[in-house]
Amino acid sequence: MKVLYFAWLRQKTGIGEEDVTPPPEVADVSGLIAWLKGRGGGHAEALADLSVVRVAVNQEYVPLDHPVKPGDEIAFFPPVTGG
Amino acid sequence: MAVRVQREDFDVGYEVGRLAEGNGRVGGVTSFVGLVRDFAGDDHAKGQDVRAMELEHYPGMTERQLEAIEAEARARWPLEDVLVIHRYGRLEPGERIVLVATASAHREAAFQACHFLIDWLKTKAPFWKKEDTPDGPKWVDARAQDDDFTARWEKG
Repeated sequence: MKVLYFAWLRQKTGIGEEDVTPPPEVADVSGLIAWLKGRGGGHAEALADLSVVRVAVNQEYVPLDHPVKPGDEIAFFPPVTGG
Repeated sequence: MAVRVQREDFDVGYEVGRLAEGNGRVGGVTSFVGLVRDFAGDDHAKGQDVRAMELEHYPGMTERQLEAIEAEARARWPLEDVLVIHRYGRLEPGERIVLVATASAHREAAFQACHFLIDWLKTKAPFWKKEDTPDGPKWVDARAQDDDFTARWEKG
């Protein structure tokens, strides 16, 4: 699956986009976050406070218990500030 | 559907004028133009100077969200036309960020739909602002007040 990071999450992880293949037991957004944080680097810091992180799966906002599967595009970003 | 996400500036007079052109059913057009302020935060006296702003967005999802917001407005009000233009990239104080314009037979629908569109856009469209201040670049925090502005449009 493809994982995208925007704004300060991109700066903290140091990457804008990565292709990942988590183990099969990673079935939802929460599981993916736990797995990403366990890989080290800036991910643990970027995903530390989920109250300031929004998640989209295939470009739609989703809650943390939303399922994820191979081929999905998952994006992590802060609350939006456009307009 | 008329949603545009672009780096370039836009001509407000041209865009708003074109919205209702040739449509005899349109009796009113409302527009909102958002600009880059030269200070950070809510209070001009306390806010730091902003020299420029970098607007980042999520290509693909941004257009989808704006189209969904437009569809919601069209479902709620009898609109003849809707236009949303939102810029990204580096913008300086005074530059235009966003244009929302609505056309309807009567003013009430045009005013309400325009207000609704900018409120929803601010809390749902994936854009992020980074301000260039004397202390360095700072990501702008989302304002709780903007969630309140969106909430007033929730259907009771």
